Amino acid sequence: MLHGYLPAILTGLQTTLAVAAVSLAIACGFGLAGALAKLSENVVARGVADTYTTLIRGLPDLVLMLLVFYGGQIALNALIDRMGWDYIEVSPFAAGTATLGFIFGAYLTETFRGAILAVPRGQIEAAYAFGLRRIDVVRRIMVPQMVLHALPGFTNNWLVMVKATALVSIIGLDDMVHRASLASAATNLPFTFYAAIAAIYLAITTVSLLALKLLERRFSLGVRRSEL
Amino acid sequence: MIDWALVARTLPEYWVGLRVSLLLLFVSCATAFLVSIPLAMARVSRHAWLSWPVWAFTYVVRGTPLLVQLFMVYFGLAQFEVVRESAAWPMLRSAWFCAWLTFAINSTAYTTEIFAGALKNTPNGELEAARSLGLSATQVYRRILWPGALRRALPQYGNEVVMMMHATAIASTVTLVELTRVARDVYYNYLAPVEAFGVVATFYFALTYAMVGAFKLVEKRYLRHLAPRETGPAAGRPT
Amino acid sequence: MLKKLALAAVALAAFMVQADAQQTRLRVGVEGNYPPFSQISPSGQISGFDIDIANAVCAELKMECQLVQQEFDGMIPALAARRFDIIVASLTITPARLERVDFSAPYYDVPSQFVARNGAFQSHSPDALRGKRIIVLRNSPRAAWLQQNYPQNELHLANRETDVYLELVAGRGDIAFGSSVVSTEQFLKRPEGAGYGRVGEPVRLQGGTGGVGIAVRKGDTETLAKVNQALAAIRSNGVYRQIMARYFDYDISPSN
Repeated sequence: MLHGYLPAILTGLQTTLAVAAVSLAIACGFGLAGALAKLSENVVARGVADTYTTLIRGLPDLVLMLLVFYGGQIALNALIDRMGWDYIEVSPFAAGTATLGFIFGAYLTETFRGAILAVPRGQIEAAYAFGLRRIDVVRRIMVPQMVLHALPGFTNNWLVMVKATALVSIIGLDDMVHRASLASAATNLPFTFYAAIAAIYLAITTVSLLALKLLERRFSLGVRRSEL
Repeated sequence: MIDWALVARTLPEYWVGLRVSLLLLFVSCATAFLVSIPLAMARVSRHAWLSWPVWAFTYVVRGTPLLVQLFMVYFGLAQFEVVRESAAWPMLRSAWFCAWLTFAINSTAYTTEIFAGALKNTPNGELEAARSLGLSATQVYRRILWPGALRRALPQYGNEVVMMMHATAIASTVTLVELTRVARDVYYNYLAPVEAFGVVATFYFALTYAMVGAFKLVEKRYLRHLAPRETGPAAGRPT
Repeated sequence: MLKKLALAAVALAAFMVQADAQQTRLRVGVEGNYPPFSQISPSGQISGFDIDIANAVCAELKMECQLVQQEFDGMIPALAARRFDIIVASLTITPARLERVDFSAPYYDVPSQFVARNGAFQSHSPDALRGKRIIVLRNSPRAAWLQQNYPQNELHLANRETDVYLELVAGRGDIAFGSSVVSTEQFLKRPEGAGYGRVGEPVRLQGGTGGVGIAVRKGDTETLAKVNQALAAIRSNGVYRQIMARYFDYDISPSN
């Protein structure tokens, strides 16, 4: 199938999924930190978080990736020289996922911030009034409701990020797009290969949306739907 | 630290790139806007044979990366002898046309969904009132549905246009010399990442917030009856 | 919040590999879109003349070769950013590049040539090519040479050498200007190249001071000396000839 290039494409798919998954984890870290900073009393933290989201949302992903990928490496080199260390090597995978995570962390900041704000204040006060500890309030009151509110935005970001991983081929990662481009150069059948990977991306989207439906059902068990 | 002389020397190239980026953005968004109006009407139609194909189209386009779509058109179309031998090929083969076609199709999918959503959100009372006045279907669309829907769609549509502006950076991969390509060439030729990507980032940043500001003004004008809401480029979209 | 940031930093650091202090590894930037000098197989394996030369150089230096694949466009920038220590990617030695990297002695030298549909052109003189669109690799010495010698012509700048021939077949230009070896091996000798041929005589670029060399970072005299010593060794001990015979039935070695 696919002129013998199917295994190559599937290996590329593994890279694509690995990049997407690791980037998502990093993005969640940045997103949570960003959301907490935006909601904090600390002016400096709020300022840093606001600058972060404003900057990221003002720039194309591709430009950010090139900036972080090349500029970041050179900044790192300068730091290493200054500190007198030996060189540190950043693999394209690390650079690619860190960059994507950093970018989507800004979008997740808004998602998480909204989700935290969506938990009614009164519930939290009531929980404290019942004598629940802080950790229990977070675990039993806030998180279950936050998840429900964050799910749509979270899924949307995941879908956008899976598609954004297509750009990592430009900074030298051997992902599905890179594999397709190699295969099309070797066989002179570009449409066949790009259409094939488009179908795979579509399959990822479909599976993700189905998973979202299941998760939403799971997390909205206690929510009564208003009947129209 | 920053080589300002280099920035000054390469600035004219960025202006040329900026023109290409903006022109590509304008023709793509204008095309998408016009095509999305009938498509959105089909999308909200009660007839499945009308709404279903449009749903499938937007689902497929929105579920695949823009970069891959662009490669399918730019590199892919030449694979077919029929296309290559056709009379339209001299036009089809230009990088400009490929970028315009791909970006227009991509933006049409998103814009159609935005418009369809806005149409569906028309208050039922408006519709009943219009029908009770004996307006024809065309009149209902022209006088009632679209004016309201386009207003309601404004914040999301503004977001879509900004995202499209960011997406034009992807045209740099198919030989179009727009802003990002200029930056990549400057970087390649002078090995100055800060001067290359820093400058181009400044351009995009200024463009983004100029456009956000412009859309806010338009919203202020047309959504005066609604409470002010937060806008800005939300979660990124096409790639 | 600070804790989270610290955690993130640790997670990031875990991705980075602290390289061993004594230099037992040589990181080599290679390309992959320049057959038969470098190409990538369906399974992702990179191979070709450049790759064999790189491995031979490492073996000669008793160092471990770590190949880093990089698109041509970002090759010299990535060297400057220390993503690798040397480039073995068919880089022609030109005065412009010598301002940004140092070059070893040349390890091969082949001319460039024009390729077009048979019968479309009688010669490649600027007169014969008047008003035609020439396809050439972006940011290459060939592109610079065309800008100088064919200032009237419109250039179509492809991102990769293999794209040059895809673009020619797609009709995005009238004539292509590429490496004589790549255009012959990758295009003219293959089914897609049927009906296409060389136009006029091969061309030696004036700007090219002599063939294709291994690039090292500017001022990295230590690595440069090692590479030159290794190249001289494989030229004299027969390893170079063996590698060449694997890919070519003609001589591409530089004349020095």
